This record gives sequence, structure tokens and C-alpha cells, in this order.
Amino acid sequence: MKILVLIGNVPDTTTKVKFNADKTAFDTNGVQWIINPWDELALTRALELKEAAGSTIESIFVANVGRSETEGTLRKALAVGADEAIRVDTDPKDAFYVASQLAQVAKGFDLIFAGIEASDYNGAAVGGMLAELLGIQSVSAVSGIQIESGNLKISREIDGGSQTLAMNLPLLAIVQKGIAKEPRIPAMRGIMMARSKKLTVVAPMEVETLTSIVTFESPAPKAACKMVAEDQARELIRLLHEEAKVL
Amino acid sequence: MNFEYSEEQLMIQQAARDYAQRELIKDVLERDARSEFPAEHIKNLASLGFMGMMVDPKYDGSGLDAISYVLAIEELSKIDASASVIVSVNNSLVCFGLEKFGTEEQKQKYLRPLASGKKIGAFLLSEPEAGSDATSQRTLAEDKGDYYLVNGTKNWITNANSASTYILIAQTDPDKKHKGINALIVDKNSPGISLGPHEDKMGMRSSDTHSVMFTDVKVPKSNRIGEDGFGFKFAMQVLEAGRIGIASQAVGLASGALERSIAYSKERKAFGTVIANHQSVAFKLAEMAVKVENARNLCLKAAWLKDNHQPYGIASAMAKQYAADIAMEVTTEAVQIHGGYGYVKEYHVERLMREAKLTQIYEGTSEIQKIVISRDLLK
Ligand SMILES: Cc1cc2nc3c(=O)[nH]c(=O)nc-3n(C[C@H](O)[C@H](O)[C@H](O)COP(=O)(O)OP(=O)(O)OC[C@H]3O[C@@H](n4cnc5c(N)ncnc54)[C@H](O)[C@@H]3O)c2cc1C
Repeated sequence: MKILVLIGNVPDTTTKVKFNADKTAFDTNGVQWIINPWDELALTRALELKEAAGSTIESIFVANVGRSETEGTLRKALAVGADEAIRVDTDPKDAFYVASQLAQVAKGFDLIFAGIEASDYNGAAVGGMLAELLGIQSVSAVSGIQIESGNLKISREIDGGSQTLAMNLPLLAIVQKGIAKEPRIPAMRGIMMARSKKLTVVAPMEVETLTSIVTFESPAPKAACKMVAEDQARELIRLLHEEAKVL
Repeated sequence: MNFEYSEEQLMIQQAARDYAQRELIKDVLERDARSEFPAEHIKNLASLGFMGMMVDPKYDGSGLDAISYVLAIEELSKIDASASVIVSVNNSLVCFGLEKFGTEEQKQKYLRPLASGKKIGAFLLSEPEAGSDATSQRTLAEDKGDYYLVNGTKNWITNANSASTYILIAQTDPDKKHKGINALIVDKNSPGISLGPHEDKMGMRSSDTHSVMFTDVKVPKSNRIGEDGFGFKFAMQVLEAGRIGIASQAVGLASGALERSIAYSKERKAFGTVIANHQSVAFKLAEMAVKVENARNLCLKAAWLKDNHQPYGIASAMAKQYAADIAMEVTTEAVQIHGGYGYVKEYHVERLMREAKLTQIYEGTSEIQKIVISRDLLK
């Protein structure tokens, strides 16, 4: 059995977000890149499944759409324990573009993990599109995955409870947090060996870009907080009515 | 000249940071209060490859360079300098000396389990009457033909109880003074070894420190490291390397205190504004940052020299002296910035201050480093 884990390259969660002058692109200057947190958990679960007793998983591949600067992120995935990496050499333009690029390298895998969304643009679309393009079934919001004597058991959090599904392969699982407890810390040997693992660079396909970004807006800065003494209820009501105009 | 870290170095730094900030932080305060050895953490750090970082993978080490070692020790020390001294002693006082000067047989038998962290090592040089003056060794290792007979007491030994393997420095021929000293590999459970009580320390309380008594302990000749009489030179070379580890530990204590101070001063309000807006606090932060940067650069320089097979003894003495001294200053200022909150355990900085003090004492006091540095200037 072969597993593919999609790896998004996203800014570190503590990044101060800035945009270019005409507000149509994110300014990547000085940004630290990490594995998309959902993808990192998916990879962790894939590794756990591979290491489990009686596992029939031969290899775990990771794939990403990005320029050479994103290879550090793929090598981190290799350091943690993935066996091989694939990079489609182009800028990830929109969800359909990314899914189409991935479709050319994602054929032949039994189980594909996609994160439910990426922590940068939060598009939440690539997983489903990729399954469609590959013509395989997919299941979303997966928070648990078990392989018991070759059978796949999937659990999902749904409104007010959870659901357990028995699924066949091939399958694309769109995972959310809970799929694994915590991302793994790579061992020193893993880090040192990552460069000697295979990383294949694939040329992009011609794919139409379906969306273009008109503008980005940062949220308005929080207004200063006005404190009202606890015995000044009347004043509070006046402020809410006259200044905040919410009453 | 290139100030950029490699991708691997950054990943190693991040891995150490993740382990420290995710795991060590959880029980660091309790372990400090109870003087409890971090057994589970050391096991985890071993499986990640932190116990034999610079050892060749053919002896089960991680094969890292000294730069990576500096970065990893700094990150661990920001959170838990007790854990980092256990790691540092094993890496640079024990594994380093065995790999550099041990025979192939000694490496197979002793280095492999130490580098993989299956076992822990300790380095036994100091004595009740021989600290800074390490030449006046009173512990005797008498030459009895095919073995040495060891009698004496070692003091202040980090990992004394948790270790399985000791690297012991002892006097074989007192007439030859420091040229009659030997370094021996000793199994801790050899008959005749006993430990004093766990020292009740000011800081680094979760590392185990004991005195070790030797009474008619037999050590096979094959466990001697190097030629007869090589022990003192061995110890000095090992300490040169070890000082890079302790200097990095001091950097971590200082940078950890600085990080906490920056965060706190952006939150704590006094006189209608966050204290970071008071210039005297902001300037303190600036001064602390310059010291940390200087100290880190001294460590990296020493590590770079070591990685490039150039003499690094003076550089490591400079790094150790400066980093330890500024660690004391920076952690003290961190307590000041935290005000009353800095004086209670919950905010960590008082612990960092207690721990920083030790970096000025062990592996050669700051004064001894100045002797090393000034002798070189004046020779
Ligand atoms: C917690 C802890 C862990 C330790 N771990 C280990 C270990 O694992 N292995 C090990 O072998 N040792 C270990 N040590 C011992 C440590 O290295 C010694 O304490 C240190 O070298 C100082 O020796 P001393 O305590 O005998 O002080 P002394 O040598 O008595 O020094 C007392 C003071 O005199 C100063 N002084 C001494 N000589 C001179 C001089 N010529 N010029 C100027 N000033 C001088 C010193 O700087 C110091 O300020 C540890 C110590 C502690 C506290």
C-alpha cells in the first residue's frame, strides 16, 4: 500500500501579515515557512499507520506545488520520516490550479491525505477537487483513521456527535485536527538523512487560472478600550447608545 | 564569511525548541522544586538523537557539527538548564573524549550505548580539595600490573547516580605530578563505588550531583584512555570542548530570560502604559539583547573553529567566561523587569537566575577562564 500526503508550505503562525503596495499579494519578505499544520498531523498519522504492527504500507510520499524555496518544507517532511518527495515546480495560484498540478503526480496511490484547509488562504478546496480529478472517492472532516486487517475505518466529527465509516481504497481523506495528537519532532538522524532521500521535481501542466485576487484588507485595528467604573451603569448605557450606537 | 545557518542547522534548532517548549516546560517547575531527575525526558531526548549529537553515526551518534550543538543546547537551556547540563556532560565531556582518544574496542563497548543515550555518562575530575586546581589530584589509581586499584573521593559529579559509565581522572604516579595522571573508564556498578547524598543545590536542581567514593576499585588496564600519564592532557582537552556546551547553556539561560522579559514588558502595565514604553525598561532589553548576541557569536565562533579543525581552546574559554557572566547579568535584569512576579517561581526567571550562577562556576570558573585567556595573551 502506498500513501501520499499533500504538504502545503505556509507562513509560520506567528508571522506579521503584510501585503504588497497594491494589496493584491501577500508580502513574503522575512517570512518563516512551515508545513501546513493539518498536513503535518496527516503525515504524523500516516507514519503511525506505517509503523503499526502488521502494517502493509510500503512507502509514504509527500507532494507539494511550489517553487524551489518550498523544498525546505518538503525536506522537513522527509526528516520526520516520509520516504520520498515530489514537487511540482510552479507557484500555487488557486485551488483548481493546485489540485490539477497534484493530479498528475497523485495517480496510483492507495490512500491520499489532504489537510482540510491551509492555514494561509484557508481555501478548503484542494482535497475535494483532487479526488474529483483522480476519479476516486473522498471523505471530508476526517478526525480518525484506523486500518484493521486491511480494512479502513474512518471517524468524522459531525454536528452533535461522531460518525464511523468503513471505506474502500483508493481513498482521499481530507483530515482535520484530531487525526493525530501532535506533530512529530524529527530525530537528528532523520534531519541529517533528509537530503539523501529522493525529491523529484516535476514540470507543471498548462492549467487555466480561474481566480484572481482583487484586493486584500487587513482587519481594522482594535479600538482602544474604554473602562467604565462598576457603579456607573447609567454612563455605560449612555456610551453604548450614543457612542457605540449598539443600543 | 557566512553568517547563515544551513537548513539542517535550523531544523535541529527547531527540533530542540519544540521539545523544550512542548515537553520540558510541562514539569520543569515541579522537578526543580523536588530535585527530581528528568528520566523520561532524557529517554525521549536520546531517541531524538540529542545524547550523542556530534558522534559519528558509526558509533550510534547523530553526526552533527558543533554549530548545531550550540543551537540545540541553547534551545533546551532556555526552558530547562538541568536537562541541558545532563545532555551537555554526556555529549561533550564523555562522548567527545571517548570518540577522540578511545581505542576502537572502547568505542564499541562504551561509546555506542552512550552516544545513542541508552546509557548516561559522567566525568569525574573535581575533588573536595581539587577544583580549580585540577592538578592536585588525590584520588589514586595505583598500577597493579593488569589493573589499576582506585581509592579516593570525587566531588560535585553531575549524573553521578544516573550514569552507568564514569570517565575518571586519577593520579597514578604522584612524583610525576600532573604527568602521572590517568583517565580511566569505570563501570559505575564496580564493587567499591559508593555515592554521597544528592546535593541540595541552589539551581539545576533536577540534575543529580553527588560525591563519589572509591574504595579498592579495580579497573582493567584496557580501560585506560591513551598512553600512561595522558590523563591531565585528556581532561584539559575535554574541558576545552565542554566549555562550548556550557557557554551555549549560558546563552540559552540569558536568551530565555530575555524572551520572557520582552513578552512580559509588552503586557504589564504601570503608570497607564505597558512597561515596555518606559525607556529604562526598553533600554534594559536592548542591553540584554546585545549581550546575548555577543555571547552567542562567541559560542558559534568557537564551534566553527572546532568544526574546521582549528585550535579553539581560547575561543571556548572566551565564550564560556563571557556567556556565563552575561547570563548572570541578563537573568538578574529579567527578574528586575518582572518586579515582584519575577521573584516567585511561576514566572521562571528567578530559576533562570539561580541556574545562571552555576555557569560561572563549573567546567572552570570565570576566573579560571580569565587565567586561560590572559596567559595566552601574555605568552
Ligand atoms: C552543580 C555542580 C556540578 C558539577 N559537575 C561537575 C562534574 O560533573 N565533574 C567535575 O569534575 N566537576 C564538577 N563540578 C565541579 C566544578 O567544576 C568546580 O566546582 C569548579 O571547578 C570550582 O572548583 P571549586 O569548587 O573547588 O572552587 P575553588 O577552586 O576552591 O575556587 C574557589 C574560588 O577561588 C577562585 N580561584 C581559585 N583559584 C584561583 C586562581 N588561581 N586565580 C583566581 N581565582 C581563583 C575560583 O574562581 C573561585 O571563585 C561541579 C560543580 C557543581 C557546583
